[in-house]
Amino acid sequence: MSDLSNTAHNKVRQAKDLKYQPGFSYITWLALFILYAPILILVLYSFNANRSVVVWTSFSTDWYVKAWHNEGIQSAALISLEVAVIAMVLSTTFATMAALVTTRTPPYKGMNISIAIINQPLMIPEIVTAVATLIFFAVIKKATGANGIGFLITAHTVFCIPFAYMPIRARLEDMDLSLEQAAADLYASPLMVFKRVTLPLMMPGVLSGAMLAFIVSVDDVVISLFVGGPGETTLPLYILGQIRRGVTPEVNAVSTVFLGISVILVTLIFLFGRPKSTRPEKSQ
Amino acid sequence: MLEKATRSAIEVRSTTKIYGNDRASGVVAVDDVSLEITDNEFFTLLGPSGCGKTTLLRLIAGFEQPTQGEILLFGEHLEGLPPHNRSVNTVFQHYALFPHMTVSQNISFGLEMLGIDKIEIRKTVSRMLELVQMPQLADRKINQLSGGQQQRVALARALAPNPKVLLLDEPLSALDFKLRKEMQSELKRLQNETGITFIFVTHDQEEALTMSDRVAVMKDGQVLQVGKPREVYDHPAQRFVADFIGDINILRGELISTKKGEAKVKLASGFVGDAILPIGVGDISGVVNVAIRPEQLSFSNSTNSTLPGIIKEITYFGSGLHYEIELSTGETIKLRQQSVGRSNTEFSSGETVNIAVADDAIQVLVD
Repeated sequence: MSDLSNTAHNKVRQAKDLKYQPGFSYITWLALFILYAPILILVLYSFNANRSVVVWTSFSTDWYVKAWHNEGIQSAALISLEVAVIAMVLSTTFATMAALVTTRTPPYKGMNISIAIINQPLMIPEIVTAVATLIFFAVIKKATGANGIGFLITAHTVFCIPFAYMPIRARLEDMDLSLEQAAADLYASPLMVFKRVTLPLMMPGVLSGAMLAFIVSVDDVVISLFVGGPGETTLPLYILGQIRRGVTPEVNAVSTVFLGISVILVTLIFLFGRPKSTRPEKSQ
Repeated sequence: MLEKATRSAIEVRSTTKIYGNDRASGVVAVDDVSLEITDNEFFTLLGPSGCGKTTLLRLIAGFEQPTQGEILLFGEHLEGLPPHNRSVNTVFQHYALFPHMTVSQNISFGLEMLGIDKIEIRKTVSRMLELVQMPQLADRKINQLSGGQQQRVALARALAPNPKVLLLDEPLSALDFKLRKEMQSELKRLQNETGITFIFVTHDQEEALTMSDRVAVMKDGQVLQVGKPREVYDHPAQRFVADFIGDINILRGELISTKKGEAKVKLASGFVGDAILPIGVGDISGVVNVAIRPEQLSFSNSTNSTLPGIIKEITYFGSGLHYEIELSTGETIKLRQQSVGRSNTEFSSGETVNIAVADDAIQVLVD
């Protein structure tokens, strides 16, 4: 009897579940193949002993050693790191302040508009931002005579803010306001409420935001290409330049390391940003 | 000594709280409320949800500012003072314990903020853990505690800084029935032991009656009646209070004498009985509503000064019987009979009976 009703139940579930639609698994495998096959080939050929990126001969880690000693790669990596770290710290700070204002103040006139403005850069085509920034900076550079990597860092900071803002705001919205009220009720001044309650509880969101900002900055090509001056070649730009001169497995090796760092950071963001309720559990 | 006992802990003077722009377009959460809560009192704000009881509590805590009126804490004006400068602590409805701290860190938080030295804090924390009977759980994280344990930690945390007044916002509503009963007597014990004034918010009339020294019944932002649980139960002044607290019969009647202490009312069925006039209300006369508790009614063999009726329904509820009886006027009244031994007279549905009314049982109501 119970067997019968179970089968009936399964049939109903099969009919509703998208997984059982005809052709579903073929489409899934095709999509996964197109997404990951190129990356797997890239990683595979970074270990090729041959100079070719299409003909496999034998396993070797030579290209990693070679890339490690390549001064061009070294300086590009350092510039990328410098820009990304500073842009990450600045954009996360601004994003944190913006998230606090848009979640911890009573609703004010224009609040929805400010949220939209903060998120807007995500909607504008990057090439438009790049060209606009290039022209804008050119005007400033001409007027002040200022120059240097500060411009590139500023550009990165700006486009990283919305990325950092999203997880921080999400975290703050998930936090129960009564926790901060409880702290204020227990004689904590607004500054102490922030230091002892708000900040520690929003920290996972801030860390996710910071890492997201870091990755977005390190990955960026278009804006860096337009805004970066001479001697400000970031790692993606260096790789792009190398490929123009013909691909060697050295590029594969650098890209693989790059991929590894990205995967680690994304995993960390996922772990930190996992929704964990701050509300105390209700009684059973 | 006497003077200390009657000192007012909280004085709410014609306080109004309006959310929104004004009375017409906004929401009036608290409407011209005046209350005096005595030192060392267990005072309860009772009312249905949306009656303004929690808003009143938040005004005292400082999370909201009154639109009009003033609130005094032991004679000190609270207007404009932020929550962290008020010597009152709150037990929140869902406890609001800090999830990133241990039990003892939660309890010591308020003391740290007051700048009390470490040794003193440690002593107070262990005293508080003793007080709420969970010293073995000092180093637990909050999410490792059950609902009842969280409740105790929330109490300990709010009591640790020794506030002048403790505010409790429906703290028992999230607990199951048995735990709630247990915490009711626990709260009463804590209030006795600490001597701190408790202001307790609840929508549960039974909770209010069993725990409080005095109860204020609220509706639509207004306080309808303040009094000892017995007074509020036995002599509800208004129809809403009578209806909200316990089971009650409300009948139409005419006041035929309003002399003080000798008021008489004539019910629609012709029955004439002594009536109690509501306290603090001006002249009333003519047709009124009167309230009679079901347990104040009993069956009588005599037809003299009794109400005749026909039994419509009988419900057994363990410790007694509940009768629904239709009067000659068409009104239905409830009668409650406690089982005493096995000697209860048995009645059955459809039977004609005479109902006697106990002395002082007829309460005249204001609508």
